[in-house]
Amino acid sequence: MTPEAPITDNEREELRRQGIMLTSLQEIYNWGRSNSVWPLQFGLACCAIEMIATATARFDIARFGAEVFRPSPRQADLMIVSGTVTKKMAPQVIRLWNQMPEPKYCIAMGACAISGGPFKQGYNVLKGIDRFIPVDIYIPGCPPRPEALLNGLIELQKKIRGEKLTGPNAARHLRPDGPGERLVPEFGEHDLNPPHDPEVWQAPSLPRKT
Amino acid sequence: MTDPEIASPSAFPEPSVLATHSAATVRPVHDEFHGDLLEVSMGPQHPSTHGVFRMVVTLDGEVIVKLKPVFGYLHRNHEKLGENTTYLGSMPYTDRLDYLCSMTNNWAYALAVEKLAGQPVPERAEYVRVILAEMTRLVNHMCLVGFLFNDLGTSFTPLLYAFREREKFIDLFESLSGSRMMCNFQRFGGCRANPSPEWLGAVSKLVDGFPKFLDEYEQLLTGNEILLARTQGVGCLSPELAVQAGITGPMLRASGVGYDIRKADGYGIYPRFDFRVPIGAHGDTYDRYMMRILEMRESVKILQQALRDIPAGPVMDPKSRLRNFRPKPGEAYGRIEGPKGEIGFYLISDGSPNPLRYRVRAPSFVNLTVIEDMCLGRTVADSVVILGSVDIVLGEVDR
Repeated sequence: MTPEAPITDNEREELRRQGIMLTSLQEIYNWGRSNSVWPLQFGLACCAIEMIATATARFDIARFGAEVFRPSPRQADLMIVSGTVTKKMAPQVIRLWNQMPEPKYCIAMGACAISGGPFKQGYNVLKGIDRFIPVDIYIPGCPPRPEALLNGLIELQKKIRGEKLTGPNAARHLRPDGPGERLVPEFGEHDLNPPHDPEVWQAPSLPRKT
Repeated sequence: MTDPEIASPSAFPEPSVLATHSAATVRPVHDEFHGDLLEVSMGPQHPSTHGVFRMVVTLDGEVIVKLKPVFGYLHRNHEKLGENTTYLGSMPYTDRLDYLCSMTNNWAYALAVEKLAGQPVPERAEYVRVILAEMTRLVNHMCLVGFLFNDLGTSFTPLLYAFREREKFIDLFESLSGSRMMCNFQRFGGCRANPSPEWLGAVSKLVDGFPKFLDEYEQLLTGNEILLARTQGVGCLSPELAVQAGITGPMLRASGVGYDIRKADGYGIYPRFDFRVPIGAHGDTYDRYMMRILEMRESVKILQQALRDIPAGPVMDPKSRLRNFRPKPGEAYGRIEGPKGEIGFYLISDGSPNPLRYRVRAPSFVNLTVIEDMCLGRTVADSVVILGSVDIVLGEVDR
């Protein structure tokens, strides 16, 4: 394994002026991936309208290479959970996530996808999609503005660029022991069964003074 | 029938299903495969279902013989939450019912509570409400036409025009209410903020330029041959069925029934305005499309009159109480003509700060109930267009 940044940026810039481009496989691989994130065309609720607004002329998500909304999960890299996930819908959302090929990322857009939002008290609302799917970026708002979604996408691109190809901190999709399919809950009589995936999410424990 | 290929509905194995609707013509399959029906589940993740709606379609070849809508994928317990919060606390939730037209939802809810409490509304607030409701109607119909063309396979282009124009309206909503989509603007007895003359001037400018955009939009779309071929005669809804099923809004008027709550009830100050209600002749998808275009032109007229006549003054009744609001026991039903149809709120008060019963009459839910009657005998591709012309928003259908 090569050490981190064997040459400095100044040296590399100097070489570039001389007509020599230096890069690493990891860098160019992540650069390419981060600039062609294809989201899943999948709207759940109110936030989907803002997602469409982000894709239209004024905000133009195409500037970040993410304008190719794919209706099929098999062609998508990014799942934008845009809206309230109800308990009836949650198994389908997780099944879609399982159908997406790695490397894949998840953005929880809006208060509902993060925690249930204003509908948290509802009996049919899942209190955050992160109970079943590992979420990379959380975007607060109800609904978040298109600029916020773009900011979330930029943060995701930063995250992708920082991923390692090898070593113990390698990206999830490159680890042989990386998790495959996520648990798809059953839409049970009273609640989802199980109510959350223990591998992804555990109920936070309150620190107590002893 | 002149075309020998097309048989009357009675030639099909299940005449009882098809005979209910006159426009359903089916093409019988004369081969050894005839009789094998295929069941296809469209949705809940499907680009044409406008959210998380699911249709279980039974097909003979490509012809739909049965369609079962499956709701509830976005059931967010709106009514139960409404019964557990105060009257004012429900107002932000109404934004999220039909998230394209939060202003009309707010108005319908405010109207119901005002009826319950006997709360008067100042003159200027009535004008502001009309202006905002008609702007919402423009936004909704523009976006609907864009989505309808998406379903026809234009891949985003008309929607880009619609959203370009929508952003101008949304900016005005934002400068008035502070939020792009979830405006939460109406209050019991008026509105939350008094619009400045500059804001009204900006609306006036936008509205005056709107017919030009509409001409451009129509020039691109209305005479389009693909639109005519794909929508004329597709998904006919008879006026009798429309009335019996309780269809309202542009969909009812496309079937030739002249019923508009703005005229029938004359709520608010609508009787003061001079506008016409467009009525269709065939009840097909093309008529439903044209209803939206014609209604936008009428909305522009209403907006111009309202912006001309709007008086000065307060927008909030000084005697109205928002905090600790406890209406007398009783019940009230407030309804308005929303962009999608009759949106109504039914409230029962027992004198406590929360309503005892809170019920939403959602237009797109009721309009969706006749989807099977419109789709029978058509192909799968037609069902997508028919669904697009119904104009559903799942937040309102499932609540």
